[in-house]
Amino acid sequence: MKKTMLVAAALTIGLSSQVSSRDQIKIVGSSTVYPFATVVAERFGKTSGFKTPVIESTGSGGGLKLFCAGLGTEHPDITNASRRIKMKEVKKCTENGVTDITEIKVGFDGIAMANAKSAPMLELTLKDVYLALAKDVPADPEGNTVKPNPYKMWNEVNPALPAKPIVVIGPPPTSGTRDAFNELAIERGCKKFPGRKALKKSNKKLYKKQCRSVREDGPFVEAGENDNLIIEKLVADPNALGVFGYSFLDQNRDKVKAAKVDGVFPEFEAISSGKYPVSRSLFFYVKNAHASVIPGVKEYVREFTASKAIGNDGYLVPKGLIPLPEGERAKFEKDGKSLAKFDAKVLQKK
Amino acid sequence: MSKNTELISKSLEKRHRSEKRFRFFGILGIGTAVIFLITILSSIFVEGKGAFKSTFIQLEINFDQEIIDPNKTNNPEEFKFANYKLLINDALKNYFPEVKDRKTFRDLSVFISSAAEQNLMKLAMENIEIIGESKKIWLLASSTIDVIHKNPQMENFLEEDRLINNIQMSWFNALKKNGDIKFGLNTNFLSNADSTEPEQAGILGSMLGSFFTLLVTLLLCFPVAVASGVFLEELAPKNKFTDFIEININNLAAVPSIIFGLLGLAIFLNVMHLPRSAPIVGGMVLALMTLPTIIISTRASLKAVPPSIREAAIGLGATKFQAVTHHVLPQSMPGILTGTIIGMSQALGESAPLLMIGMVAFIVDIPGSLTDSATVLPVQIYLWKSTAARGFVELTAAGIMVLLTFLVIMNSVAVFVRQKFEKKW
Repeated sequence: MKKTMLVAAALTIGLSSQVSSRDQIKIVGSSTVYPFATVVAERFGKTSGFKTPVIESTGSGGGLKLFCAGLGTEHPDITNASRRIKMKEVKKCTENGVTDITEIKVGFDGIAMANAKSAPMLELTLKDVYLALAKDVPADPEGNTVKPNPYKMWNEVNPALPAKPIVVIGPPPTSGTRDAFNELAIERGCKKFPGRKALKKSNKKLYKKQCRSVREDGPFVEAGENDNLIIEKLVADPNALGVFGYSFLDQNRDKVKAAKVDGVFPEFEAISSGKYPVSRSLFFYVKNAHASVIPGVKEYVREFTASKAIGNDGYLVPKGLIPLPEGERAKFEKDGKSLAKFDAKVLQKK
Repeated sequence: MSKNTELISKSLEKRHRSEKRFRFFGILGIGTAVIFLITILSSIFVEGKGAFKSTFIQLEINFDQEIIDPNKTNNPEEFKFANYKLLINDALKNYFPEVKDRKTFRDLSVFISSAAEQNLMKLAMENIEIIGESKKIWLLASSTIDVIHKNPQMENFLEEDRLINNIQMSWFNALKKNGDIKFGLNTNFLSNADSTEPEQAGILGSMLGSFFTLLVTLLLCFPVAVASGVFLEELAPKNKFTDFIEININNLAAVPSIIFGLLGLAIFLNVMHLPRSAPIVGGMVLALMTLPTIIISTRASLKAVPPSIREAAIGLGATKFQAVTHHVLPQSMPGILTGTIIGMSQALGESAPLLMIGMVAFIVDIPGSLTDSATVLPVQIYLWKSTAARGFVELTAAGIMVLLTFLVIMNSVAVFVRQKFEKKW
């Protein structure tokens, strides 16, 4: 038994000294980008001769938290995000010494609202989505004052919609999909009321709070980061409407169908041209200090930005990625090659 | 018959009835459990049995020198850089000469898995003489075709519900009619790690990950747990302090496993700077979780050794340490081993604490050491379950079958050890 103990002790000590170097890329982040990143990583591992990167699906917020925790081999090299990095996160990064990062946009994703195939098709407007799901809704037609959301049925929101209870299953707040949904669907619906729009100028903080908050009294159900689970719940409950990324809609067309939003279906062309209102960009962020230390980081970035991956005929397109316009892709390919430093000033413009 | 006998025979009847009821409820309970077990096992088996075979398509491949070795080097190392997809594309075009335009051809090219390209490369590198020749070869089909092949009823589905369109279905039927499509053993399942393509995904990576993790757990856990169990049971004085430790150990056994994951993240990763996603850290976290289980079973089996054995040893002049190591510990070993194996099979099925230390990840490379990135069996099952592609459904069930097999083996070893070596006093 003494021997086993000694072996165990020796192993622990021996290994902790070995840790200082790492020859495998570590990636964390968004569950929306995960299915694309895994395909790139697998191809990269097979063709480049480097080890295949390890990818964890932690959600955009969780990924940026790990990414910004510091420099060094125990921290991830790359994080995927289904939204842009926030000022708060840039500050956190800077505090921990992660000052030099590169931002790469890889493509677009539409956020689909879909229900079971057996259920009737819905035609929603952003205003309907806002009225059905916001925490506070306008108390007067102009939207100057608010009251807690009283609506329980779709037809109370808009008489053209069916008399069915409002049940929407969506991602939790750690998800980038949720951030984007709040911003692109709820907030834009909110802006349709002149009173709310005026509030943006007079009291921006209150406006953000009231126009981006989702109700917590039951009709909006938070599912986990697992989009398959949302699809299964939709099949089981024809009254429910689900919120998830376009790639999952594309893979599950035999089970669910999308709702029209502002008269447009979440289809390939509509999302890439920007006609579909609830669409957002997908990103990943690279720690430049790691690029020279961890073998393969530069090559992985090159693989992910190449036209054969995310171009119009790229291998990620059949997997559900909506490609960038060629010019924009070429710009990010260049950024990736030179590891152009991300300037946080662009975030302040908004 | 006297009044008393009548009374007794009546009450006897009543007691017999209640006895029968008691039996009936017992059988009902067991029966329900067995039905549930059979339902679960058979549904897993029905879903997962398909994963052990995969579909192959036979094509006449022309090993064109222009494509494989354009510089005519005849050096197998040069063959690595060739585009083997072109060979497959040419073969498909020959088989279906009616397919002319690019868009329709794209629908056809999805029939063959990208793994076939590596097979062709290997074939060419190992047999140089094949260059320039044509040969009929069975190539791995893509997962979509595999799903269609395994579910023949899908042919009658509506086009939009079927995964492949009507033209693809007609190509599939043509291949079937010519006998150029068949089932073969799915060797990838037992020789690969995770993949984004279901037909190339395998369980070996996570099996080795589980092995390395449990190795660390066992090496750390067993000596520490047995030592502390022996100390607490045989040597420690009975006072408030040892009582306090005992209560804490019993409490630890009931702590939710995710808490140990948080501890691992805070100490092993953030303070000790061990690598993320590595079996060494996973093993350490699971060791913390398994320790109380083994300590408790060690103490229980030490308690079961009759005091007369200790007293006899001490009476013959042995020290307390000798009495324990020479007599009590060997006698209680079967019980300790049983406890250890059960603790290990618990650790094998655990996934929650590993989430915190990064072992819930997409890992393609097969781990070769304790510090390589790895994942474990239950995590692999979870990851496949949450993937969109249809082909992963049967892989998930097959993964569960592999995990269950290991659990059954470990638990039967535990039963065997107990029955074979346990002493009755």
